[in-house]
Amino acid sequence: MLPSDPLSRVLYVDLTKRRFEIQQRPELFEAGMGGAGVGIRLLAEECPAGADPMAPENPIILAVGPLVGHFPVASKTVAMFKSPHTGNLGESHAGGRSAVSIRMAGYGAIVIRGASASPVYLVIEDGNVIFRDASALWGVRSSATVGRVIREREPGSGERTIMRIGRAGERGISYAGVITETYRHFGRLGLGAVFGSKKLKALMVAGRRALPVADRRAYREAYDAIYQSATQSTLMKKYHDLGTAMNVLPLNEIGGLPTRNLQSGRFEGAETISGEHLAEHYLGRRVACAHCPVACIHLAAVRTPHPSEPYFWKTSMIGYDHELIYSLGSMLGIADPTAMLQLFDEVEVQGLDAMTTGVVLAWATEAQAQGLVGTAETDDLTLAWGDAASYIAAVSRIVTQPTAFYRALGRGADHAASLYGGEEYALTMGGNEMPGYHTGPACHLGYLTGARHSHLDSAGYAIDQKALARGDTLTPDGVVDALLAEERWRQVLASLVVCFFARGVYTSEVALRALATVGFERTADGLLRMGAETLHLKDAFKRREGYDLTALRIPGRILETESPLGAVDEAFLRQALARYAEEV
Amino acid sequence: MAKRLSVVDPDRCVGCQECMFACARRLGQGGLEGSCIGVHSNGGFERGFVVIVCRACAEPPCATVCPTDALVPRPGGGVKLDADLCIGCGNCARACPFGAVYWDEAQNKPQICVYCGYCARYCPYDVLALEEIQEVPDAAQ
Repeated sequence: MLPSDPLSRVLYVDLTKRRFEIQQRPELFEAGMGGAGVGIRLLAEECPAGADPMAPENPIILAVGPLVGHFPVASKTVAMFKSPHTGNLGESHAGGRSAVSIRMAGYGAIVIRGASASPVYLVIEDGNVIFRDASALWGVRSSATVGRVIREREPGSGERTIMRIGRAGERGISYAGVITETYRHFGRLGLGAVFGSKKLKALMVAGRRALPVADRRAYREAYDAIYQSATQSTLMKKYHDLGTAMNVLPLNEIGGLPTRNLQSGRFEGAETISGEHLAEHYLGRRVACAHCPVACIHLAAVRTPHPSEPYFWKTSMIGYDHELIYSLGSMLGIADPTAMLQLFDEVEVQGLDAMTTGVVLAWATEAQAQGLVGTAETDDLTLAWGDAASYIAAVSRIVTQPTAFYRALGRGADHAASLYGGEEYALTMGGNEMPGYHTGPACHLGYLTGARHSHLDSAGYAIDQKALARGDTLTPDGVVDALLAEERWRQVLASLVVCFFARGVYTSEVALRALATVGFERTADGLLRMGAETLHLKDAFKRREGYDLTALRIPGRILETESPLGAVDEAFLRQALARYAEEV
Repeated sequence: MAKRLSVVDPDRCVGCQECMFACARRLGQGGLEGSCIGVHSNGGFERGFVVIVCRACAEPPCATVCPTDALVPRPGGGVKLDADLCIGCGNCARACPFGAVYWDEAQNKPQICVYCGYCARYCPYDVLALEEIQEVPDAAQ
């Protein structure tokens, strides 16, 4: 690392004492480079064993990497914390302007300790932290309003990130997210609840620094090569054209689109909630994360009439992605795109994780249909497939919690099923609600084994789909090898920090070339070792907190509903889990 | 003819800020310091983006208010900065109605676009272009 690179500066903010300090930690960044590699090391330092995720002792760590601010599509921030949702490792990634702003403010990582006595928002600049009173912002109905107020009150437009929580975070819903730049999220595993537990309503970071390079010419040449490949690749073009919603129809075609709480892998309404249909009839704008030419963020323009007065219209710009269309669309049997987008909007207003919310509501719908709960529990709502209005009402109740049932839903499907029954169709893995792929055994093994229990950990769905296309037969050992190789390599990308959508652009060779121009001399083997070590550190943290791969609950539903590769076999999954536990 | 940077179509701007990074990278460094172009949201991402560039005025107010003639009008439009003459008063930045005079805090001097067009080469959606300045007949005459 270049001695003048501000990456090695770690900002420590203590919310209890309202103080901050900056430490030089070059050894940390030499070992972990940034992002996930540095984040897990800082979490191990900061989070005591057995910590209560909602107590002041649970730290929030935000880390960026050496390529952020230097190269395109290196645009992500990694958050690490102990998850109030799973009670184990919490890791969530977000783009927007978060990563560039942290790097431009002159930090490689920010550690937030303690808890404030009263609501606060932080303004972080190069060398300074301001603690602003957020009492008046606490309880504001919409997360969007919070962003707007801070945007107008603070300077730095265009060169800052404004991370904020909604009421879900204030009220400690275990899967509340943190929203940044309105349309990007630290969505999964409850970072928003941790913010709320610290009375931290928002976090603004701003700056416009210079970053040193080792060789100016080599830097510009490496930049141009990456820029060309990012702007000309066909995959990146697809992300720009239809966005991640391009997955809906192909997945439905093969029978891998979870529908009605995974009672089926095909949705008869897929056409109207597909990326193609939304682009044709709703797409209002595409936007990008800072320093990413791809612009994959798709916003739908939804025009809603005023309920009582004619010619009064509200026009909302609502972000959409595959995972929302799955969890709040097909999973709930909603085929009406306007209604689906309005449901997305309510989830956003409250500041919940969209994926978990959808899976929780899908479980609740089935539980109500089975008679496990009645209208006394649901506060007079009848949850029924396709009825978006009831789901919108239920989302608000998850946050306001009028009954014990909604208090249970506010802690996830696992917890609710432990109280009311219906475990076999509570679709969580490792405590986290499943993502939008039911492609075969590899996707589910990915959710079960992945450090974050997410489709992004090791992309098991890609292993399934490759096997399907080639007619290959998967074996437990083969799947474990492929998952581990992918997840180890992704630790490297998540430490640089490069968006996973650009994984085809940032090959090992390209990453090494880029790193060398900014003062990180590494080898291909060195990168792989670093990735394996980071994954190993995450696994060690998880085991310390009671995680046991061989004792994971496998929901019966994923075995019952045929996947594109046929029925998923529990013995196959158990054998693979045992092997994974040895190898990781 | 003199050239200037033109915001051809701000509706195509996605807010990626590749132009801002390009301007800073022109000097051979990473990050944003020294960038003479700005992209910010038009009051939230949902409303799109504002692209702020020096439009190379024929009668540049930044030069008019410069007390030391450090900013000199360029033939055809725009200005050139003679940094040795600049006393860092900041009049130029305040005089530009577009906010296109950026400020180098370390040097306490303005950062002025040199109309090189390097940023436009990295705009993936053809929002920016380097164009010849056209003589516009003055309607008042």
